[in-house]
Amino acid sequence: MSKRHVLIFNRFERFWHWTQAIAIFVLLFTGFGIHGLHPFGDFETLVSAHVLAAVYLMVLWVFAIFWHLTTGSWRHYVPTSQGLLRVARYYAIDIFKGEDHPYRKHFWRKHNPLQAITYLALKLVLFPAIWLSGLAYLSYGLWSQGAMTNGALEWVALAHTAAAFAMLVFIILHIYLLTTGHSFAEHVRPMVTGYDEIELSDVEEAYLRQDEPGRLRR
Amino acid sequence: MIQWTGVAGRSTLLATVLWLGGLVFSTGAAATQELPRIDPHAGYQSEPGISEYTETSAARPVDKSVTRLSERKGPVSTTDHAKLKELEGPFASGPDVTRACLGCHTEAGHQFTKNKHWTWRYDHPVTGQKLGKSVLINNFCTNARGNEGMCAQCHAGYGMTDAKTYDFANQENIDCLICHESTGTYYKTPPTRGNKACSVMFTDKPAIDLVKVAQSVTLPGRNNCGACHFYGGGGDNVKHGDLSSVLFQPSRSIDVHMGEDGENFSCVICHVGEGHEWAGSRYNMVGKDTKGTGKPGMPRDTATCESCHGHDPHPLNLVGVKLNDHTDRVACETCHIPTFARGGVATKVAWDWRTAGRLKNGEGFKLEGYTQGDGKHRHTYKSIKGTFAYDENVVPSYAWFNGVVDYTTIDTRFGDQRPVAINKPLGDASDPDARIWPFKLMHTVQPYDKGNNTLVYMHLWGDNRDAFWGNYDFGRAIERGMADNGIPYSGQYGFVETVSYWPINHMVTPKQDALSCKQCHAREGRLKDLPGFYMPGRDSNAWFDRIGILAVLAALAGVLLHALLRIVMRARRKG
Repeated sequence: MSKRHVLIFNRFERFWHWTQAIAIFVLLFTGFGIHGLHPFGDFETLVSAHVLAAVYLMVLWVFAIFWHLTTGSWRHYVPTSQGLLRVARYYAIDIFKGEDHPYRKHFWRKHNPLQAITYLALKLVLFPAIWLSGLAYLSYGLWSQGAMTNGALEWVALAHTAAAFAMLVFIILHIYLLTTGHSFAEHVRPMVTGYDEIELSDVEEAYLRQDEPGRLRR
Repeated sequence: MIQWTGVAGRSTLLATVLWLGGLVFSTGAAATQELPRIDPHAGYQSEPGISEYTETSAARPVDKSVTRLSERKGPVSTTDHAKLKELEGPFASGPDVTRACLGCHTEAGHQFTKNKHWTWRYDHPVTGQKLGKSVLINNFCTNARGNEGMCAQCHAGYGMTDAKTYDFANQENIDCLICHESTGTYYKTPPTRGNKACSVMFTDKPAIDLVKVAQSVTLPGRNNCGACHFYGGGGDNVKHGDLSSVLFQPSRSIDVHMGEDGENFSCVICHVGEGHEWAGSRYNMVGKDTKGTGKPGMPRDTATCESCHGHDPHPLNLVGVKLNDHTDRVACETCHIPTFARGGVATKVAWDWRTAGRLKNGEGFKLEGYTQGDGKHRHTYKSIKGTFAYDENVVPSYAWFNGVVDYTTIDTRFGDQRPVAINKPLGDASDPDARIWPFKLMHTVQPYDKGNNTLVYMHLWGDNRDAFWGNYDFGRAIERGMADNGIPYSGQYGFVETVSYWPINHMVTPKQDALSCKQCHAREGRLKDLPGFYMPGRDSNAWFDRIGILAVLAALAGVLLHALLRIVMRARRKG
């Protein structure tokens, strides 16, 4: 057993994560501005920025979905009950006792069970909700039937706003959880450099050294 | 159910607060417009009679506007009327000229006698109402009926002193010149002289050279149409708000189509037609043009914006595509005419007939209490009419409108709702044919039949003791106006608040001056009171937003508590 710096977030993943983060912040700011919840920005500018950020994110997602499927990365998000309760118990109780996070990251499994199930829900429920309502909103001009769809737009707007609030809640929790376990910087660093310190078994290390030497930092 | 929104215009009204001792009047609890008061110290002018239509009976600037869409932008007629021997004269009278015109234009007379400029009648194909100037009541001078001796100054014919007895079959009485002459020297005076006090309207008029005028005929320019239409309601821009003398020679910034430094269109470029019938009457408008430009080679037959610009006029970019999405529910005019009564000529927005009839030394008088943008003074009080308020650069009011207007006519018994709508544009958000349109609202307090709850015809003009303009007696004027037309009258008149709606279609701005999104897409935007539909930026579900904000706050509070607990526990462990 040895601790090594292993590449767990490759270049596309990091690019995806950070530009998605920027896009989401733009979307939240412009979206809530359009909704009239803050006074900053001109309606036309806000809508244009919102649409551009949304289109960018949609394109990014097409690539991300393709990447997930073709590289097998989707397996990281397969939910498991194994250790789930211990992680949940850690955040609820053990963290206050100063205990260590129970999850040990593997190079083939980068998320803890609670993380995995949260991200899975994010990708399967919240993102589709925001995309479907957003696409309906964006394409209103294409499917609106004048007076007949007066009411429909309101429901689309409601669904889209609900998803936006949920997204904001997720981001708050997401950022906060970076402060748990290790330090904030230690959590963020892997998503910047790609490398995280991971305990490798001798077999794993031998495999990586032999077949994927690029993933090990010297 | 008609739903309205009103947006207050720039309050130049309030600046014109005047006051005349002894002329205190209350605008009433429900009055919607602030009327100017009358100032006892301000100078007043004695006015022996009225000078309402002096502009119509005067020479006008002649515009060289484009009357045919052609590369040459000039006349393309195959005939120079100045070379016709038929027009060498001499002509003793207008009908003499008309006879000469009809000698060649054999069908023109028949065609024009069908036109509402001649008939003053309009049978509405949708509502079935009998309309037209000869019967309608408005909330300006109220009624032309019985006052044709004055009002028919703007009848496109000669000598209509009474619409009931006028010979509408006599084509020789058609006034071809008022629409077709191009010298600017032809004018009309009222058909009768009215009360002796009105003589001012007929003095110092230059003689008309009928030969010169007849030889100048061409397609109508703005000066032809404008001679009457810019002065509707008794003066420059009084009635419409978007039709003023500014449009004789406007700049492009006032009207992007008519601007002399732009397209320089005449009225007939948009108000297209053949055979003396043309498009664009506001009695029955095209609320939503579904035809657009039509297929190549198809003729334009409406005055709609879409008949030239199509349904998708905005460029195919991020914003333009969204704007094109609006055209099915928002009239072009709504965004492209951000304000009306621009260019220095004000429009009348409120009128109170109750103060009419005050005299000084036994004479009627007028006060000029409003100075408009071009420096001209406008009357804020006239003994013959009452008190007025004006406004300029007015933000329109907005309403759903499907093109059909319902009128309160002389035989309409109205209920208790105030103000009484003189005309109501029909449609609402659930009406697929309706779009959001801009309107000028005119607020008036005017006489009505208290016993029958109807509007009244007033006998205003005439050389007799019943004519209000001269004798200032509402009782007699109404009694006579009703009796002459066989309308039941209870004998009791009062004053009622009325409102009329004037669709705003002219004074389209260059595109960079069109409304921006936020002027409507905002909580306190121009459409803040227009119901029946969801509009982003304006509408939200308050409870829904509260729950969302609470969820976000709860998440923040949760992580803060969690963090606090961690810090406290760590300190305790160390301690």
